[in-house]
Amino acid sequence: MQKPQRQVYMVSGGVSKFTKARPDITFQPMVKEAYDYALQDLGIPHKKFYELVDGSVASYFSDHFQRQLMSGIMVQDYLGLCPKPSHRVEGGGATGGLCFQEAWKSVASGHMDICVAYGFETMSHVQTWKGNEFIALASDVSFDYPVGGFYSGYYAMMVVRHMYEFGTTVEQMAKVSIKNHKNAFWNPYAQKRIPDLTVEDVRSSPMVAYPLTRLDICVMSDGAAVCILASDEGVKKLQKATRQSFKPVKITGIGRGTDAMRMSDRPHGEVILIPRERPSDYKKLKYPGVHSFRAGRTAGKMAYEMTGIQEPIEELDFIELHDAYTSSEIQTYEDLGLCKYGEGGPLAESGKVEVGGQCPVNPSGGLIACGHPVGATGLMQAVFAHWQLQGTIYKHFGNGKLQIKNAKRGLIHSHAGTGTYVTVTIMERV
Amino acid sequence: MPKKMTEKVKEIEEVKMEEVLDGTVVYNVPLPSDLKDLDKLAPIIIKFPYHTDYIHSYGQDSPFFAGLTNKRLLGTECPKCKYRYATPKGHCMYCGTKTKWFELPQVGKIHTWTTCYFGSEEFLPECPFNLILVEFEGVDTLFLSRLIGAVEKDIKIGMKVKAKFKRLSKFKPTDVYFVPA
Repeated sequence: MQKPQRQVYMVSGGVSKFTKARPDITFQPMVKEAYDYALQDLGIPHKKFYELVDGSVASYFSDHFQRQLMSGIMVQDYLGLCPKPSHRVEGGGATGGLCFQEAWKSVASGHMDICVAYGFETMSHVQTWKGNEFIALASDVSFDYPVGGFYSGYYAMMVVRHMYEFGTTVEQMAKVSIKNHKNAFWNPYAQKRIPDLTVEDVRSSPMVAYPLTRLDICVMSDGAAVCILASDEGVKKLQKATRQSFKPVKITGIGRGTDAMRMSDRPHGEVILIPRERPSDYKKLKYPGVHSFRAGRTAGKMAYEMTGIQEPIEELDFIELHDAYTSSEIQTYEDLGLCKYGEGGPLAESGKVEVGGQCPVNPSGGLIACGHPVGATGLMQAVFAHWQLQGTIYKHFGNGKLQIKNAKRGLIHSHAGTGTYVTVTIMERV
Repeated sequence: MPKKMTEKVKEIEEVKMEEVLDGTVVYNVPLPSDLKDLDKLAPIIIKFPYHTDYIHSYGQDSPFFAGLTNKRLLGTECPKCKYRYATPKGHCMYCGTKTKWFELPQVGKIHTWTTCYFGSEEFLPECPFNLILVEFEGVDTLFLSRLIGAVEKDIKIGMKVKAKFKRLSKFKPTDVYFVPA
């Protein structure tokens, strides 16, 4: 893949606090909360911004949750962005990550100088188990859904195989839950903030699908997030309009991968290698099977090549990844090459991924603690990464506990289905 | 509820009565006399039902379901690269060739498994149930099914299982299920 012709920056972002339900407002003003925050942080009123912005991309996963088609345009008009160009993207859990990259493409291609990426989900409009049913419709409705369609069940089967292949333990998974809930304690945007979970707490929480307990699994949420992306020209326009210089963040790597919808269709072949891995590392491993995510490895590899990263854990200062399950955080460590396949479990308990460690993973608390309003999630990761790289966590969180010191380069990872679409984006301090 | 639930988890889980959607029908709400107070009005939440009977065609995969009603498991094979799919695929994912039907063995091994204690609303009444991915000798891909006749502690990867078929077909993939062999 060729390098893009134009450098793209993220200039501002906002998040509407993720919560179990927002019956007080509909989805449009929820997005507006995040949008107004992003504009306010940039120091530009909507009317002035409207004169400069070229268009937008909308992100939401399910039309079922609200029984409303074309919700995207309802946000576009509510924000006062009509008649500027826009479109909606959808790709399951990775919808937010895809949206961010579509906005990036709009700017990188020269089609736009300033583009807004907005996303939301309102999952509270149905009860939890109905919501699980809607999510399970994102599996083959002829062959998978009718057998007992349930994403926690699918992920449970994947991690049972991961445990069998690599000896990963439920205690290692619990460590991920403990870490992410603890980080979220200092993140006012997070839905679940529990500073002192123990392995016993996680294991004694009700079993959902063996071996995943409630505290191994993210919750459903209402929430929204907004990112503003710009070219050099766009940054200049915004700086001129606001009469101030702000700190943009560079987007230096973009990667995407896919895999078959049905887990049963995944191949059992050879590992896709990244730098510093050899075929001899994986002599007996059938890959990806159902224990690993080929889409995640592909996305990571592509982004690393674009950025020039050889040793991810040493060259990244933090990662916000899609931990819908504690198990999928461990699987993703391996896909992203933070360690070799099979070493994700030990990495989870090593301290390297803690805030203050070598490469903190999910310093925000991740999906497990922040919540997962699907269309907003990938954009929320971008906003938190943006603030980390700007060094403005204190300003936005009201405390600096989660600020990664001297953060220069971060990675965000958005993941759909049982690993069907995965996006990886690398962002750097200017 | 599991036996060993810590106090803290009990607190986190907030033991509470289940919410149901058979609420009272209301035809009117009062308005405040001063319209300025409308900003303080609590949100009005209504029930919004949705039901659809889809006309779902199994299309090129239909023979698989015809197979189940005749107690036979059918997979597809690529005539060119010989890749064999346990869950039918009309065209080969690797070379693009149209596949041919072949009969799968009715015994296999558990590739991976789980026991679901919760599930999607449609399947809640069936909880707990076991999901398995079955591997068949000489077949390249897996098959998702239910395992009956075993509980969590008995199930192991590599365990031999055999197919059983419903006598009264529903033309669903659950017309076949597996039991320990």
